[in-house]
Amino acid sequence: MSTSTSTNFLAEFDDSPRFRHPTRIGELLLLLLALTASIGAFAMVGQATQGHLPDEFWVEAASMAGIALLLHIVIRLRAPWADQTLMPAVVLLNGVGLAMIQRIEIARPTGGADVIRNTQWTAISVLLACLVMFFLRDHRILRRFTYTSMIVGLALLMSPMIPGVGREINGARIWINIAGFSLQPGEFAKLFLAIFFAGYFYANRDTLALAGPKILGLQLPRLRDLGPIIIVWAAAIAVLVMQSDMGMSLLLFGMFVAMLWLATQRSSWVLLGVVMAGVGGYGAVTAFPHVARRFDVWLDAMNSAVIDRVGGSGQLVSGMFSLAGGGLFGTGWGQGHPYLTPLSFSDFIYTSIGEELGLTGMLAILVIFLIVIERGLRTAILVRDGFGKLLAGGLSFMLAIQVFTIIGGVTRLIPLTGLVTPFMAQGGTAMMSNWILVAFLLIISNAARQPSSTTGLGQIAIDDGFAAVKEPAAEAIPVGRSADDAARVLATPPPLDPRDATHIINLDLPPTAPPPPPRRTSRKADAS
Amino acid sequence: MNKTLRRLTTIVMVMFLALMVSTTWIQFVEAESLNNNGRNSRRLFREFNVHRGPILAGDVTLAESVPVDSAFGFQRVFSGGDATQANIFAPVTGFFSIANGSSQLENTENDWLSGQANALWTERLEDLFTGQEVVGSSVETTINPAVQQAAWDALDGQRGSIVAVEPATGRILAMVDFPSYDPNELAPLSLSQASQRFQELAATEGNPMLNQSIGQLWPPGSAFKMIPAAAALESGYVQNADVLLPAPHRYLLPGTSTEVRNFGDAHCSPDGMQSIHDAMIISCNTLFMEMSVDMGADVIAQQARRFGFDDPFRVPMRSAISSFPNPSDLYPARLALAGIGQGDVTATPLQMAMVSAAIGNHGVLMQPYLVETIRNPDLDIVFQGQPHRLRQAVSESTAGVLRDMLVDAVSSPRATGRGAIISGVQVAGKTGTAESAPGRPPHAWFTAFAPADNPQVAVAVLIHEGGRQQGGVTGGALAAPVARQVIQAVLNR
Repeated sequence: MSTSTSTNFLAEFDDSPRFRHPTRIGELLLLLLALTASIGAFAMVGQATQGHLPDEFWVEAASMAGIALLLHIVIRLRAPWADQTLMPAVVLLNGVGLAMIQRIEIARPTGGADVIRNTQWTAISVLLACLVMFFLRDHRILRRFTYTSMIVGLALLMSPMIPGVGREINGARIWINIAGFSLQPGEFAKLFLAIFFAGYFYANRDTLALAGPKILGLQLPRLRDLGPIIIVWAAAIAVLVMQSDMGMSLLLFGMFVAMLWLATQRSSWVLLGVVMAGVGGYGAVTAFPHVARRFDVWLDAMNSAVIDRVGGSGQLVSGMFSLAGGGLFGTGWGQGHPYLTPLSFSDFIYTSIGEELGLTGMLAILVIFLIVIERGLRTAILVRDGFGKLLAGGLSFMLAIQVFTIIGGVTRLIPLTGLVTPFMAQGGTAMMSNWILVAFLLIISNAARQPSSTTGLGQIAIDDGFAAVKEPAAEAIPVGRSADDAARVLATPPPLDPRDATHIINLDLPPTAPPPPPRRTSRKADAS
Repeated sequence: MNKTLRRLTTIVMVMFLALMVSTTWIQFVEAESLNNNGRNSRRLFREFNVHRGPILAGDVTLAESVPVDSAFGFQRVFSGGDATQANIFAPVTGFFSIANGSSQLENTENDWLSGQANALWTERLEDLFTGQEVVGSSVETTINPAVQQAAWDALDGQRGSIVAVEPATGRILAMVDFPSYDPNELAPLSLSQASQRFQELAATEGNPMLNQSIGQLWPPGSAFKMIPAAAALESGYVQNADVLLPAPHRYLLPGTSTEVRNFGDAHCSPDGMQSIHDAMIISCNTLFMEMSVDMGADVIAQQARRFGFDDPFRVPMRSAISSFPNPSDLYPARLALAGIGQGDVTATPLQMAMVSAAIGNHGVLMQPYLVETIRNPDLDIVFQGQPHRLRQAVSESTAGVLRDMLVDAVSSPRATGRGAIISGVQVAGKTGTAESAPGRPPHAWFTAFAPADNPQVAVAVLIHEGGRQQGGVTGGALAAPVARQVIQAVLNR
């Protein structure tokens, strides 16, 4: 390529239509679809159960429409390049969840389902997500808080163990009481830990991957690099043991292994992680009767003795009856009996929806979840900075683990653990944290899809460098330096200020050859 | 990193594929076995959460489903919740209970009532596409509510059963039992409440839920004499009803030292010889015993079978099988007792009504039935009960001879059935006083048809163990007046 193409290339950016952000009409149309389905569901629930629109219909319909509109406006203002399917998909999941909570509340007014409260939680969650989008202009700022995030995350995770503040509900000590509100701090902890993992692994990816001893052909990290990892792994085990929260433990561990893998490319470590999880799990089964009971309930669910036992498989079997009752096409909104299952509005909301929407409906819901997660992973692939990649990948996979663990649990694919069905199940803290997660993904997606200005070029360059070194190839390490030197150099965090980035990039830019178009670069480098 | 991200995407895809498979497994592959699992309370909801069709008798609603604010959606209400009326019609409707299933018409007509009958599939398909709830069909019975009420009143709180049928068609006009029960008490949408009441009723002496008029067997006593008489005429054992046969004062059961006497140790005739006709009028035991032994068990068994013994009636509820013993088991002493409806002979009240009905209907036995029409929610007739001729039980001429005999058994001066006389109407009937357990008062029977030449009704009345009368119980004194009131109710309608 010649210099002239380079000039042309840069000049093209200034007045190319690609610089105008998308009109976001697609998002608006999808949003309309999501709102129609959700508000339609509210109406059908009332018609089928009470013969008229539910009392809360207008409040809910207005809330959903308002929430959707607010999100759309904020995204237009602050993340105009962001993926257009992500938000409508989440709004639909949230709306369907609310409709089911409404339906359960009508059937069992005192059973715990509270649609108004959950609508409020949704509104607060969406407001929080909007605030995050409004004030967090660039996800890379989060990198500054890598270690702060670790401390806050671990503190939140452990907080239910503080006497006086922590509360135990249904045998799991994962709640705290603050000003009359019950919160699950673990739900926020997972976000902070995701930021920590992303920042830490990004900074230390090469020392982790390269600078350790090799044992039995397995490249192991140095002990000092492993320190924080061991702390987090121990925390995950502690959560399992002391809070009886298998779900959260699984979530943290899964996210941890996935992000470590993303950062280091070391598949052997994933294997190691799985083996460690297996050993930990086996240890937990043998050491703790409540974990062993979970396995019993899973493997021997249809056994009468297990069904009738306190804490037995009664609820699980009831959920399966609920799903089976739905069959292929479901009973229709408001026409099944999902409320027969305990916690049909929270842990078992999947089976409840399954009864009324049938297999066809559930496959659709699973596909919508998959779309959300796939858009998140796509964002990770598209975004040009490594921290963003790790964060988006980790957050998306975290959603996937949540969905897999709870839905796999209620469909008897894996032992049942108390995780929340994201965006659907009743519960304020999880709603907030998952909506904030979506806000993060939208911000990263905006950065990923925004065509490069000068800042954008900086991102490309960083990614170029990153893409080059991430494969532990010889070219990444300057010749003549020891691996330790290389590690030290690479471990130095890159500057965070975009202006600094520009500076560095300008230095890194080859004097004659301009970078090829941004997206392609990143892919080519990756494929090499 | 993008390569790993793509691999991670693949892993996520596999995770979701697993979720889709597990969901499909439960909702499709295993769905049927889960749906039919005994612990799945949705089974109950499926059966009970339907707008069940009503059961009607004329313009009276015997049972209906009323929408209620409950998980089951509907409450079954019998006779508008009137306990007495519900008691009166309980043998017809049966109960419909979440705890104990259903009985009688609620049970046999369930497919129609719940809208699930195969013949209704077009309606169901329509409902599926229009999204309308499935509404069951209505079952209109042959019961005449006025006759049913009259029968209940006539029974007047005595333990027993009454069945009234229309001889020419087999329509069941009334079917009353006492003691009865209130099916509303078994209908609550609470498992514990419904099952507790069921336990109480089941433990009550004589189980009121049984529908004794078709479900319980009793010795028919002298009312059975119509059958050996018919057998004698049909088989040619006697040329006519006036042939004189031995009618001793007492009858020594062959091979035993037991003497059987007539009622009140009476002489049937001064010279020990009597016609069947006269024996029927005064219900002479000795003649029928001696004749039965002489005639042989086969002839009587065959005649009994022609009247419907040894076979259940399906009205559509299946009746208990009235039985005449296997002839090879009948040594003479037992045969002699069987000839007067004692010993091993048992019959339901319905069976005895059908014997009368066949004699009144020129010897033709009609299939008794309870369901007149079934209409779908659009009021189209989807089922029409048709009179069905079962068989010629006796020839027309024999039927005529028997009819004359039975008319005299009510109206002649020495007749046992004088309690059934209705001025201006020829009633043909036969009394029966059947021994029950030793030391207990006998059961009183009366079965009749009227008017004798063109019967509108055939009725059987059974009053258990003497009703509220303490001594001198006979079918004539106790049951005949009850039958009279039922016949009057039919004829004056």
